[in-house]
Amino acid sequence: MSKNIEEKEPLFSAKNMASLTNPFNKNNPVLVQILGICSALAVTVQLKPAVVMALSVTVVTAFSNLIMSLMRNSIPARIRIIVQLVVIATLVILVDQFLKAFVYDVSVQLSVYVGLIITNCIIMGRVEAFALANKPWPSLLDGIGNGLGYGMILVIIGFVRELFGSGCLWGYKVIPEWCYEHGYVNNGLMLFPPMALILVGFIIWIQRSRNKDLQEK
Amino acid sequence: MDLRKYVDKIKPAFEEGGKFAALHSTFDAFETFLYVPNTRTSKGSHVRDCNDLKRVMIIMVLALMPALIFGMFNVGYQRIDGPEYTILQNFWYGFLKVLPIIIVSYVVGLSIEFASSQIRKEEVNEGFLVTGMLIPMIVPVGTPLWMVALATAFSVVVCKEVFGGTGMNIFNPALVARAFIFFSYTASISGENVWFADNVDGHSGATALSQWADTGATQYSVCDALIGTIPGCIGETSTIAILLGALLLVATGVASWRIMLSVFAGGLAMGLVFNAIGANAYMQVPAWQHLIYGGFAFGAVFMATDPVTAAQTNTGKWIYGFMIGVLAVLIRLVNPGYPEGMMMAILFMNGIAPLIDHYVVDANIRRRNKRVKLAK
Repeated sequence: MSKNIEEKEPLFSAKNMASLTNPFNKNNPVLVQILGICSALAVTVQLKPAVVMALSVTVVTAFSNLIMSLMRNSIPARIRIIVQLVVIATLVILVDQFLKAFVYDVSVQLSVYVGLIITNCIIMGRVEAFALANKPWPSLLDGIGNGLGYGMILVIIGFVRELFGSGCLWGYKVIPEWCYEHGYVNNGLMLFPPMALILVGFIIWIQRSRNKDLQEK
Repeated sequence: MDLRKYVDKIKPAFEEGGKFAALHSTFDAFETFLYVPNTRTSKGSHVRDCNDLKRVMIIMVLALMPALIFGMFNVGYQRIDGPEYTILQNFWYGFLKVLPIIIVSYVVGLSIEFASSQIRKEEVNEGFLVTGMLIPMIVPVGTPLWMVALATAFSVVVCKEVFGGTGMNIFNPALVARAFIFFSYTASISGENVWFADNVDGHSGATALSQWADTGATQYSVCDALIGTIPGCIGETSTIAILLGALLLVATGVASWRIMLSVFAGGLAMGLVFNAIGANAYMQVPAWQHLIYGGFAFGAVFMATDPVTAAQTNTGKWIYGFMIGVLAVLIRLVNPGYPEGMMMAILFMNGIAPLIDHYVVDANIRRRNKRVKLAK
């Protein structure tokens, strides 16, 4: 009984909430840890695949964190990487099959990048840095937070790139025809991956000028 | 009213705490524009040269003038009925077409420069004077003004201010602006219709380079290319006008003759290599013609020699320039997507220049170390 009270921590304590919300701000995996850049460039030409990718990665980070945290006391430290790989690979295959079954067109668009979620540094990074040292519930929150923090950047970049690159959002034309008649032209550079990198740079710029403690001296 | 007294009178309002403190940099820029600043170095010893940034930039702008004035004339001359008008009428027509592009480029670029130097609490630099003149000269006359504005803003912010302003940039800002338009709005900067200011149906024509790429021959003679009465970007067509600018730059020592010479040598060497291969009609075009058609000469004289982005060591300059020439001709002949290779070649070598310098300096240190060992 006394042991129980000792370990009791409210489900949504400040610490737990911090591990959920920090990735949106001061500890964003893309902007601060500079992880997951590759897929941020590859799948953000349009908004829809960006959103699907964001959700897929969130599911994988959340459950890999949860499962690894549940097993953290029973895995020998020497073989933990291979165990992590098995868990993450299983989850990625599940996500891949799910996408193929329910949103086939997006799955085709994302092509190899669904399978490559396994190489996304955020997932293994969070498992190594957080899940192996924390309880399942905070680990799950941390996984969701980091997945969504990564997804947030994907969605912002996807939004800008689709809007200015092809004049659409979610596949629908949003820039009216009379703009084109008056000389507006879609920006072809937005369709190239380098522009996504420049956009990431802009977002990092904005974020660092807002958070003074992130600025390097 | 005495201007000096007036400037002194309004000066306090622009100092810290004054009514217009937010415009301090702007005030400072105009004060030093009107009068030679009398501020002295406050600490440490400095070696000063009267040939300051302002003078260097003005000479660059002067050197651009022949090519710009000819470019304006050529805009008029390239009209569908251009040859029927007098030189002056054609120049005036072109002047009115080119002036808006120059104004847009300067207004957009300078306002960003002024704003960012105010934020950074620095003096406004003169660096944009040249960039703002170069941008209109390396775009086709048909480029929409809003694209020029967007490209200028992009290049000043992303290529220059992000790196720390004038003198800190890695890539040539004017070329970055052109690259932005090139990749963003490819249809507005290449093809057959953008080279002419009049939108008359049926009046179109490819540049000499596109014709080369298609058939290996061009309708424009060598003489036309030397004088410059061919379609192309505003400032790039006349080789003679560009060489006049080059003379001024070399005579005043503003631009490096080593870079100019080695760019031409590199282009010639690569052209000769392709002449020897001769696999298609384009490769058989005499090597020396590459140097006078398209933007080769303009890039070699005004863009490659940018002292900020070029290699700094003398040996480095030879390598840097030679590689620009080699790459430019290589891209022209081998990559079917880009008829003109000069922009890519210079931007690419801008990125490599620090590496070249590093190895040149390194080699020098090693050579001297060896000498020291021998002496012992």
